[in-house]
Amino acid sequence: MPKAGKALRDFLGELTVPLLAIVAGLLVGVIFILIAGKNPIAAYGALLESVIGAPHKVGETLVSTVPLIFSGLAIALAFRCGLFNIGVEGQLMVGSLATAWAGVVFGGLPWYLLMPLCILFGVVTGAAWAGISGLLKAYRGVHEVINSIMLNYTALFLTHYLMTEHFRDATGKAGSPPMAEAALFAQGLIPGSRLHAGLFLALFVAFLAWVFLWKTPWGYEIRAVGFAPGAAEYGGISVKWNIVLAMLISGALAGMAGAVQTMAISGKFPDQSSFSGYGLDGIAVALVGRNHPGGVVLAALLFAALDYGGRNMQAVAEVPKAVIMVVQGAIIFFVAAEGIWRMMKNRKPKAEVKTA
Amino acid sequence: MDIVVLFSALVTATLRYATPLMLAGLGGMFAERSGIINIGLEGTMMVGAWAAVYGSFLSGSPWVGLLCAIVAGLVVAAMHAVASIHWRANQVVSGTAINLLGAGLTEFAMSKIWEQAGQSPRVTAMPEVVNLPIVGKLNLFIYIAFLLVLISQIALWKTPWGLRLRACGEHPLAADTVGINVIKMRWYGTLLSGFFAAVAGASLSIGMVSRFTNGMTSGRGFIALAAMIFGKWSPGGVMLACLFFGLSDGLATICQIEGIRIAPEFFNMAPYVITILALAGVVGRSTPPAAEGIPYEKAH
Repeated sequence: MPKAGKALRDFLGELTVPLLAIVAGLLVGVIFILIAGKNPIAAYGALLESVIGAPHKVGETLVSTVPLIFSGLAIALAFRCGLFNIGVEGQLMVGSLATAWAGVVFGGLPWYLLMPLCILFGVVTGAAWAGISGLLKAYRGVHEVINSIMLNYTALFLTHYLMTEHFRDATGKAGSPPMAEAALFAQGLIPGSRLHAGLFLALFVAFLAWVFLWKTPWGYEIRAVGFAPGAAEYGGISVKWNIVLAMLISGALAGMAGAVQTMAISGKFPDQSSFSGYGLDGIAVALVGRNHPGGVVLAALLFAALDYGGRNMQAVAEVPKAVIMVVQGAIIFFVAAEGIWRMMKNRKPKAEVKTA
Repeated sequence: MDIVVLFSALVTATLRYATPLMLAGLGGMFAERSGIINIGLEGTMMVGAWAAVYGSFLSGSPWVGLLCAIVAGLVVAAMHAVASIHWRANQVVSGTAINLLGAGLTEFAMSKIWEQAGQSPRVTAMPEVVNLPIVGKLNLFIYIAFLLVLISQIALWKTPWGLRLRACGEHPLAADTVGINVIKMRWYGTLLSGFFAAVAGASLSIGMVSRFTNGMTSGRGFIALAAMIFGKWSPGGVMLACLFFGLSDGLATICQIEGIRIAPEFFNMAPYVITILALAGVVGRSTPPAAEGIPYEKAH
């Protein structure tokens, strides 16, 4: 079975850099926990306990995982086309507002019509917002990173304006009016936690993303453009069209993150003056997950555990939550600096490389 | 309100808003001119802002604070330089990591040193100097910012060094062929971006206010990137863009003072929307250095 052996080696090879980065990141965390004058084993123990110590804690960790799967997929899919969609934050936000709006305006519909409609509103709005960056990249050559950053801030202020001026809760509470009950995901899949069916939707969408990328011609074209745009163009693949398509799908996934989070957790568009952070964490999730849907799901779990566990680590072990931010930043940095791991590998004698 | 008072308030608000942007924008510009994208300006500003307050807190002198900020900014930029220039890292990802690290490290340091809810005690800030007509005394950082714009303009456009730097951002191979050390120039560009971003952070924490608050840069590093693009990667352009953004913010403030019913979000949004339009070529084309973001490997 030489083929299966090679597949396994490839798989393990893919895992090396993320695992090294995670270990290095956690070691950086150890240094900071020591600086804070705490015991690293106790601190990480508290983190682990608060993540898997009881069924409802597992449930809450999974609640944090759901938006990260969506945002991680959004970024991973764009990466596969050679695009860096740093605009997930904004796409998520406009998607969330559109979902909340649909949930109020069409509140009279039965749940089996209302829920898909609400998700659709979020998905389409998110896709449209990302589509701006895609079109400008494809037809005006504007770097999508810069454009997405600008669109993020535009989304932040635009949604805030729309909410406060045109879509405000009549009873005077902060945020938009509450969505109709029929639009909301039921919570409590694991008793005592807010776990909702959005988790299954996220896993299903991850599966669809894998099918799309590796089993359809559209996915093949997107990957071809990401791998070698010049060669793809020469082979008859439209680079421009695929850039737009990848951004639209990426934005749709980001919009879905906003839609599900709104329908499952907040139940309305909250009054927020800053970003959710899922877009930023999604970058880390996609990188650590090697831009593969399966890897994204695992990485989302890791980052959700760090996020959720970090909050409790602060409460139980009195280690500042900022340590977890540093750990996450360090992991991203070490994944980005992939070259250093490769350099270490290349120091091996050449003969050994040949036999491998 | 009296028109003179109103005008003076508008000018002051504009300058106060524009100063940190101008400084950070110049930093981003030097990095990109050398071929390195630094979207870690936000995180570097945060570290600079914190180091400035800590230095001033320990010594009682804002100048020591400024020095601490510069050292901290250079260290952060060196991280980015090593990753982007030598490890061939994706520069945008490395910058994203720096933004997260900057926020995390400063928050960590705050909880360790002052144990107050995300706020430092008051420290000695830079003085307000020179009594100008109408607007009165302005913070020293505002003058520093304009002076650095002037120096940068000359350095970038009128010196051999500036020409070499720009060559590395446009066509590193050609630059290398005529004997320019691309690696060294890119180190200069990246370190300068750390220097300027740190001074920008200091201008917030020991200039516009006199303490550090967690998350106090609140996206200014990204607006600075917008200003850099809108200003077409030129010091003078960056300055004008920042003054324009500052005016937009100043008008929002004035409208609120005067009770004029225009949603402040429109003024907040303006810099970003205008930048998108500028990038799209609707209001003047804005083209980045050709080789930015691409690691350079010397041919053997």
